[in-house]
Amino acid sequence: MSNGTSMGSGKMRIRGLVRKEFLQIVRDPSSIAIAFLMPIVLLLLFGYGVSLDSEHVPVAIVVEQPGADTADFTAAFHQSRYFNPVMYANTRDAEQAMMAGSVNAIVVLRQDFAKQLRDPDGAPIQLIVNGVDANSARLVSGYVQGAWGTWLEHYAQLRGQKFEAPVQMEQRVWFNSELRSRNFLVPGLVALIMTLIGALLTAMVMAREWERGTMEALMVTPLSMSEVIVGKLLPYFVLGMGGLALSVSMALFLFDVPLRGSMWVLIATSALFLIAALGMGLLISTIARSQFVAGQLALIITFLPAFLLSGFIFDIGSMPPVVQFITHIVAARYYIAILQTVFLAGNDWSVIVPNALALVVMATLFLGVTWRKSRKRLE
Amino acid sequence: MFARILALVLKEFLALLKDKRSRIVLIAPPLIQMIVFGYAATFDLKNVPFAVYNEDHGVASRELLAAFDSATTFSRVAELTYDSEIAPLIDGRQVLMVVHFGQDFTANMLAGRSGALQVIVDGRNSNTAMLAINDVREIVDRYNRAWLADHGSSQPPARIETRAWFNPNLESRWFFLPGIVGIITLLVTMLVTAMSVAREREQGTFDQLLVTPLRPVEILIGKTLPGFIIGVGEASVIVLAAVFWFKVPLLGSLLTLYTGIFLFLLSGAGVGLMISSFAATQQQGLLGAFMFLVPAIILSGFATPIRNMPQMVQDITLLDPLRYFLVVLRGVFLEGTPFHLLLDQFWPMALIGVVALSIAGWLFRHRMY
Repeated sequence: MSNGTSMGSGKMRIRGLVRKEFLQIVRDPSSIAIAFLMPIVLLLLFGYGVSLDSEHVPVAIVVEQPGADTADFTAAFHQSRYFNPVMYANTRDAEQAMMAGSVNAIVVLRQDFAKQLRDPDGAPIQLIVNGVDANSARLVSGYVQGAWGTWLEHYAQLRGQKFEAPVQMEQRVWFNSELRSRNFLVPGLVALIMTLIGALLTAMVMAREWERGTMEALMVTPLSMSEVIVGKLLPYFVLGMGGLALSVSMALFLFDVPLRGSMWVLIATSALFLIAALGMGLLISTIARSQFVAGQLALIITFLPAFLLSGFIFDIGSMPPVVQFITHIVAARYYIAILQTVFLAGNDWSVIVPNALALVVMATLFLGVTWRKSRKRLE
Repeated sequence: MFARILALVLKEFLALLKDKRSRIVLIAPPLIQMIVFGYAATFDLKNVPFAVYNEDHGVASRELLAAFDSATTFSRVAELTYDSEIAPLIDGRQVLMVVHFGQDFTANMLAGRSGALQVIVDGRNSNTAMLAINDVREIVDRYNRAWLADHGSSQPPARIETRAWFNPNLESRWFFLPGIVGIITLLVTMLVTAMSVAREREQGTFDQLLVTPLRPVEILIGKTLPGFIIGVGEASVIVLAAVFWFKVPLLGSLLTLYTGIFLFLLSGAGVGLMISSFAATQQQGLLGAFMFLVPAIILSGFATPIRNMPQMVQDITLLDPLRYFLVVLRGVFLEGTPFHLLLDQFWPMALIGVVALSIAGWLFRHRMY
């Protein structure tokens, strides 16, 4: 048999398997739901629902002796979009409100606030924050500092003075000047969705064949193991790229996330990541052999690591070294680094190339191990 | 009746534990995940790499840099001499921020004017950027106060004194760890329940179960209990890990905590079984579990406050049992919230559990293939 015909029949064999997989997908619409419905639902929920930018934080303001000076100070809170000030006459009521969770912080101006303003030490402003949500507490305390700064300038201005802090901090934020959290959450979410699509769709496909005994049937056909793997991957790859196209269009057109790099880099690296994710699913499926265990493994391995260990929300550099080391086996980590750069910064090759290479290594590893594991069982 | 249920529970346990792989999957990962995620989930920045571009070399910039160096948040990795060196460092993610002192920084300050400190931050992860800016602002504020005191200038007319309740050092890990307890408990419940009915359906053994003397209620109890028992066991282990490994204070009563765990497991197992009874195949069961799990975690208030969500999405979160459980966990752990203040969190979980279980029981008989 000449090389040409064997290649030709190889293609035909794969085509037959691909057709069979496609039929299975179409007959059980739950895969299609995962590929298209889940991105829409998640992106809508995330894009509109989730934000780390606190606004209108309910704050209790206790003014023990109202006067012109205190009114001046509280005005800064009423004007800020970060606060929803609620006035209280005494500290006890305010503390009860904080216990009940209806306010997140208490600002107290003591009785002698107006008098102490003229003291050399200045008047104390008490700020009590609810530390349970430490991050929100810090943001709130930062906002209060901001309101205080506005008030200081105003206060000095009224007296014809100019208050100048010794060090004046000027911040310039590159790539996301308004610090819109949506701009980094949405690209991160694309990575999360692609992980789920990739790994979930394929987690069952090999295990199903093993469990139902059709794997052996597949093995007595002329299909080689690599052909089986390609045949299994191809339909889901097409489905996954469809999900990607949908997610990226929503990010760009619905949520106005800028795409500063090139679309081609985005598509190429996404294809790479999708192959790695599909490979992970196939590997889970091959190791587990039963659908039940494959499902359990997929639940554990896919979503939470991609959510917590990928740099999606939590900064990897701030984790302890051992945990940082573990993040290197989470493929989503590399993809998120690429996505954040391609979306917000542009084609920066010093970020894209190493991360893309890591994805190539992971994809090769997953598919290679799958291939070996499957071949062994053939013997 | 009890004998029948017991037999079914035993069979379920056998099905779960007889397979070595399934046994490992159930027991090892939750504890490992608790430890790994517990360390990963923090908003307290550490060793953030930054570069200094100092054109000043005066005493003030030196002192301020010393303050940066002594903070654990930042670690100085480069000194720049040209403006053009800034962009490649930030673009390539070698540093998160560059601190720039202009030529007359110290001179301005000594003359009683403001010295300008320019901070250039990589905003690709806007949350990390914001946290870093806040940390810089704290260092600058502290330095400003010290400078005013040292140079005999008058302090500003008012100052802020901050106190934090329940978490005096504002450690964000204390906030996330109870959340991780909730997430892992939910995951374990889903592992056990989401595919249990679906598997029997796919293999055809569910029809056999239906023709046994077991009534649907008994099947329901038999299918719920294993998830419940495993859930209570694993939840206890990870609560212990949170308290003894991570040293998160547990101020509230165990009774309140376990009431929360029971009701949450009821709702979690209920939803899991409902998904499972709806699915015809294990694949559908798995996909259904994810379609529930992912939004449930994202909308629970675990990482992003529910208060920040638009009203419509806030209304959707009312269907999420994890939302209530997180309030219970954080309250019992950090605030020592008494039982009666958590009643508003308890009854929705119970309601979700009862409704979901009823639907599951109804589906047993009415969804046949």
